[in-house]
Amino acid sequence: MSGTYLGMPAFPEAAAKSTQDTQLRGNLRHATHTIRAKRAVAVAELDDWPQLRAAGAAVKDRTLRHLDHYLEQLETAVTAAGGVVHWAADAAEANRIVTDLVRATGETEVVKVKSMATQEIGLNEALAEAGIHAYETDLAELIVQLGDDLPSHILVPAIHKNRSEIRDIFTERMGDWGRAAPAGLSDEPADLADAARLHLREKFLRAKVAISGANFMVAETGTLVVLESEGNGRMCLTLPETLISVVGIEKTIPTWRDLEIYLQTLPRSSTAERMNPYTSTWTGTTEGDGPQTFHLVLLDNGRTDTLADTVGRQALRCIRCSACLNVCPVYERAGGHAYGSAYPGPIGAILTPQLRGTASALDASLPYASTLCGACYEVCPVAIDIPEVLVHLRERVVEGGAVTLRGTRAVIKPAKGHAAERAAMRAARWTLDHPAALRAGQRLAARTRRLHPARLPGPGRAWSATRELPAVPAESFRDWWQRTRGEGKNT
Amino acid sequence: MSHPNPVSRPGGASSRERVLGRIRRALADVPRDELPGSVPLDRDYLRVHGTRTPEQTADLLAVHLADYRALVHRCPADGLAELIATLLAERGARSAVVPDGLPDSWLTALTGVELVADTLALTARELDAVDSVVTGCAVAVAETGTIVLDGSAGQGRRRITLVPDHHICVVLAPGQIVDSIPEAMERLDPARPLTWISGPSATSDIELDRVEGVHGPRTLEVILVGEPAR
Ligand code: SF4
Repeated sequence: MSGTYLGMPAFPEAAAKSTQDTQLRGNLRHATHTIRAKRAVAVAELDDWPQLRAAGAAVKDRTLRHLDHYLEQLETAVTAAGGVVHWAADAAEANRIVTDLVRATGETEVVKVKSMATQEIGLNEALAEAGIHAYETDLAELIVQLGDDLPSHILVPAIHKNRSEIRDIFTERMGDWGRAAPAGLSDEPADLADAARLHLREKFLRAKVAISGANFMVAETGTLVVLESEGNGRMCLTLPETLISVVGIEKTIPTWRDLEIYLQTLPRSSTAERMNPYTSTWTGTTEGDGPQTFHLVLLDNGRTDTLADTVGRQALRCIRCSACLNVCPVYERAGGHAYGSAYPGPIGAILTPQLRGTASALDASLPYASTLCGACYEVCPVAIDIPEVLVHLRERVVEGGAVTLRGTRAVIKPAKGHAAERAAMRAARWTLDHPAALRAGQRLAARTRRLHPARLPGPGRAWSATRELPAVPAESFRDWWQRTRGEGKNT
Repeated sequence: MSHPNPVSRPGGASSRERVLGRIRRALADVPRDELPGSVPLDRDYLRVHGTRTPEQTADLLAVHLADYRALVHRCPADGLAELIATLLAERGARSAVVPDGLPDSWLTALTGVELVADTLALTARELDAVDSVVTGCAVAVAETGTIVLDGSAGQGRRRITLVPDHHICVVLAPGQIVDSIPEAMERLDPARPLTWISGPSATSDIELDRVEGVHGPRTLEVILVGEPAR
């Protein structure tokens, strides 16, 4: 049907499918509400949160406005410290570089620490094609990998699995990948963690090559930074002989001192802790300590296209804390898989269509995967105005316009008149059916009216100063979607 | 890499120029004469949250470490050797790895514990068979309950505080304790490999139930050493 181009086509279909699973909905709801409350407590401990948030945004903006300068500085510093820097314009190139580097070591196994960038480019699949096994070592990623599944949350990728499902996966699958789960494994989290410890220890002790991402790269010093909880990151970063880090170019920050901001805001925003259990920083190689060969693969893969959009580029500030997922009423109903990429939730809704373009029905629909309630903006530690970017991207889908695709300027055709109108109608009806979201949407409408006069659902009113998160009706996404899409023909 | 043609090598010069070129075109809206350092950045966030005496700072460190299930002990300097010996004995440790530069005076009270030196010859597998590790630290951060190791004297290679299941870390108060992250950043040298530790390794990946100890040491004991008793 022609309506699949606009107005939440592919997204709601995927979302409706995943929300048939009541286990998933239950887990997600429990999880997001737990983290949400804890985060608020952790943030309230710091009186200067607004200043830290503003500084975090400013550092990223400074970096992005001069990204060429800082990347060259980073390259120089990493090289001087004994690292080798590679540049990858797209996923295929990054995968080729990493595959070649692993092959050059003669190894056919690598250990991996969770990295959204490598998930984004499909590195594990590319390595598998080359006969190289990549073992995920985060507990959640391990669960996902053993279960032949996909991650569904930035921070807690296996959030959709409960303990007995995890026990079953471990019992059935661990033996195929290495050390089998102990006989009679219980579903106590401590026992499951212990099984993972034993299973992976064997891999860590023999691993020669590790692959990581990084949370930050410091341009002036060439230092990479990884924040984690379990210690698998430290294992990967210190035991193997060769370390390959694949990092998006936007992860750069100018100075060592800038890190003091994010080391305060990221743990509190993501795991709601004052500090995560382990943070590792390394600069090139260190004689006698850790990998003696270090490769840094700088990944573009659509980031420069995003940078070219002066409204959309703020998405590149993202430090992947996942706070926006945990407050999002749409994510809570839909689950992470509905977003169709490594980046779920509100950040995925603005990042994926920019990284990949809006050519596919799914990617075009992502900007509609929101009620524009603004909760994501309120919690974002780098103040990304996600609703503003969503509205901007909707406008692009509906009206077309100039974009940059894989480094080339292009003009996207506007949607056909009637389709565009229907999309706008749907978006409007959807919010009108949703009183809490509507109120919040009006706040947004008032804020961005200057930029987007014609495309906002609901009349603009004065900006309301409320900082409260919208109430979430106790209704499944599926029911909600069937009710609000306004066509109601499905059963 | 042994690719004959550097221009077409993946990740080589041509990709570098392509990515940098894309960035420059993407930033056409940035005025040509704008300098990176001139993009506004207010550092009006706090350097320290609150004011504390050194004793209060040490207390806060102890509370915050304990919040994340580190076991915190305090002793005067002349009680340190005794305490380390007691902790290892209580643990039932038969062996402990010790880094270069750890003061001999810390280990004078040990009995029946085999000391393993942190040498390059020590393999990961051998390390895996060692029960405990004893180290100092570079700095400890009270506001976040964090100890930072930088691999200098008395701290060893990163792996020795990772593979054994039991880590005893000595913090010299008040000299090694700072209040805040910004204060810690100033003391640390990014050229060194740093490990920031806030409690034992943990995961909440299973139904968000926090479990201590996945891959790192499952028991972290921190000793805050005060001035010698007079
Ligand atoms: S957009 Fe903001 S809140 Fe969401 S993951 Fe990124 S930094 Fe966190």
